Parts: sequence; structure tokens; C-alpha cells
Amino acid sequence: MEMKQLLIKTMSALTIAAVIGAALVAITYQVTRAQIAHNERETLLRVLNEVMPPNLHDNELSEDVIEMAHSTLLGSPEPQAIYRARLNGQPSGAVLSTTAPNGYNGRIKLLVGVDLAGKVLGVRVLSHQETPGLGDNIEVKRSNWINSFAGHSLAEGGWAVKRDGGMFDQFTGATITPRAVVQAVFNTLKFYKQNRDQVYQAAPAAAQ
Amino acid sequence: MTFRYTEIMREGLWTNNPGFVQLLGLCPLLAVTGTFINGLGLGIATTLILMASNATVSLIRNVVPQEVRLPVFVLIIASFVTAVEMAIKAFYFDLYLVLGIFIPLIVTNCSIIGRAEAFASKQPVDKALLDGLMMGLGFTLALTLLGGLRELLGHGTLFAQAELMFGEDSHLTITVFENYRGFLLAILPPGAFIGLGLLVALKNAIDQRVSARPVEKPIQFTTEKTSEMTQS
Repeated sequence: MEMKQLLIKTMSALTIAAVIGAALVAITYQVTRAQIAHNERETLLRVLNEVMPPNLHDNELSEDVIEMAHSTLLGSPEPQAIYRARLNGQPSGAVLSTTAPNGYNGRIKLLVGVDLAGKVLGVRVLSHQETPGLGDNIEVKRSNWINSFAGHSLAEGGWAVKRDGGMFDQFTGATITPRAVVQAVFNTLKFYKQNRDQVYQAAPAAAQ
Repeated sequence: MTFRYTEIMREGLWTNNPGFVQLLGLCPLLAVTGTFINGLGLGIATTLILMASNATVSLIRNVVPQEVRLPVFVLIIASFVTAVEMAIKAFYFDLYLVLGIFIPLIVTNCSIIGRAEAFASKQPVDKALLDGLMMGLGFTLALTLLGGLRELLGHGTLFAQAELMFGEDSHLTITVFENYRGFLLAILPPGAFIGLGLLVALKNAIDQRVSARPVEKPIQFTTEKTSEMTQS
């Protein structure tokens, strides 16, 4: 009898704690949900606007999005988001998400903005785990290096770091990171060139 | 065992500091202390969770059966951590991007379940709340000292990225050394271990110096005090 009572007592204590805990989480979720979605959207928009100048498009970039996958040129077998810029309904450029699979410490996720002809408008790093103080100079907060891509296009050649005979600086003490980023941007441009018609013609993905 | 308020304060901030003495929560302590502001952000989040979990554990200490107290504590802590994570994500999104995985990892900071089990489950709610605050502040002290030290040595700045916490208009960042080339070791994980070791050594040196100081006051004064204490 005593055993049974103990069992009931412990089980009810656990149940009550679980219910109250879940309620707390659920209420906080409800209260903060809209603000969190807003923040995430703002952050995405901010980055998108950095690689796609506002005067080049008049559509909502974050809503005109498709997903395409290319395991070598886009660096990952997973579908990558492509945001399409349009001016007066005509395609004017695209922002491609891509991954540099060969960073010094894992994958580097990038956004590459290109105009219609395939010229780079801007590149931003979304996430990485490169060495602080060395490889993290690919962040725009830390150095201006990432802006050196703007204005370049495939036709020019020289898509490598200077140590490999290319036109982009490496960092003192860190060559692997910039090499991976240069390679990823180069591959993204190749992907864009090969798939340009599809990029603009594919039906947009369902609203997310 | 009963504790006086001053004793709880001294325990949390100094004699039993979670970062420097108990060496609990080393994972966040070493991982996020690249800068002062990162340390401060995680310190405040940990303090909030310590206070909330200590107070709750103390309130229910006579209701929860002994056999399941630990799972119940874990449930409480996990719920508070999730709630605080969502709150930071909603109101300090940029800070969330910096602290990232270390906010949910507060759940595994053993100083929180440690205080719940060792202190809050045996003490009235006011003392448990104070203990949570003081232990949290002590941990924040360790995080910010180590973060400040590493930032100063590694980047030559102090309070970099203060705008993540205090808004765009705060201009708190101080560049201590102009044209500083950076000292990489301080920023990398080994720098965290070395820095923590130095700070623990510094604390121990201070403690030793204090205890080695000769007692100048007459002896009868001390005996008077002890008798007073036994009466109360």
C-alpha cells in the first residue's frame, strides 16, 4: 500500500512539474514568436540588401525565392535558396546561397549577389567556424576583404588567392580560409552561368 | 544549517565563486569569454536562470518527494533556459547570434543544478533567491574578468560590440592599444585556460595575503564577539 502511495506521489509530482514547465515554454513561445520571426526576417533582409543594391530591384527579395541543389558548384547536396531580383518585372540579378565545404574548420555559408550578366555585386558570410583572429577576417565586421569580390566576373580569370597566382589577397597566417571562399564564389558564378535561365524561370517556392 | 545574508553574498561573489573556486560551468566560461561583452551577456542570462530556478526549487522543496527531486529540478531549469533563450532571441537578437549555442547550453551548467540541490532545496525562498543572484553575479564576474583580459590581450580593445547589448548609440568601445597587431593565443581556447589559471592564482594569492595578515586587534575583542554569536 505504501509503495503504491509513493508511486502516485512521485508520478504526480513529475507530471505537474512537466505540465508547468511546458506551459511556461509555450507561453513564452507565444509571446516572443512574432518578434523572433521579425528579427530573423530583418537580419536576412539586411544581408540581402548588402549583396543586392536596392536600386537594382523593386521586388521583395525574400519572397521571390527558389531552391536549387548542386553538390559541387553550390558546395552541398542540400537545396540552396536563390533570391531573385526583378526590376519592373524583368530579371535584374540574383542572390545565391552557397557553401564553401573546405574551410579550415568546416563549412562556410555564403550569400553571393550577382547582376543579370553574372558580375558579382557583393558577397557576405552567413556562418563559419574559422579561427578567431585569423580566418574570421572573412567577416565584414572584421575586415574589408570580402568586399574585394564586388565588380569581378567569370570572364576575368584569376579566381584564386595571390599565392596561387590569382587576384585575391590571402591573410597573413591563413590561406586556407580565403582560398575556400574564393573557390566557392567562383563555383557559384559558374553555376549561375550554366543555369541562368532556370534560375529566373523556375516557379517560386511556396511561401515559407 | 542557516546562513546569514552577508555570508551568502560573500560565498557567491568570493569564497565559493562558481567560476574561480568551484570551477563549475567551465564550458561556457572558457568558450564565450573571447570578449567582455560576450561574457557579460552570458553572465546575465545565467544569473536570471539561477535566480528563477533557485526560487522555484525553494518554493516547492517541501512538496516534491525526495525520490524525484532531481528530475523535477532538471525540468524546471530546462523550462527556464528555453524561456530565457526565446526572450533573448526576441529582444537581443544580435547578442543571440553571438552567444548562439551557449544559451541553450546553460542547461548543462552544473552550477545551476548544483545550487538547486545543495542550497535552494534546503533554504527559505528569500535566501535561495539571494544565493541565485550572488552565485550568478560571481559567475558573471568570472566571465567578464576573463573576457576583458582576453579581449585586451587579444584584440587590444575593451567593451567591443557593446552595441549588441546597449543599443546602437552606446559608444563604450575603448581601443586601448592603437594599431595593435593582436595576440592570437589570448583569443584561442588555450588562452582561455591560461587566463583562467592566472585569475585563479591571483585570487588565491589575495586570499593568502589576507589570511597571513597579523591580527592586530586585542584578543579579548574577539572572544567578546564569539560569545555574542553563541547567544544569538
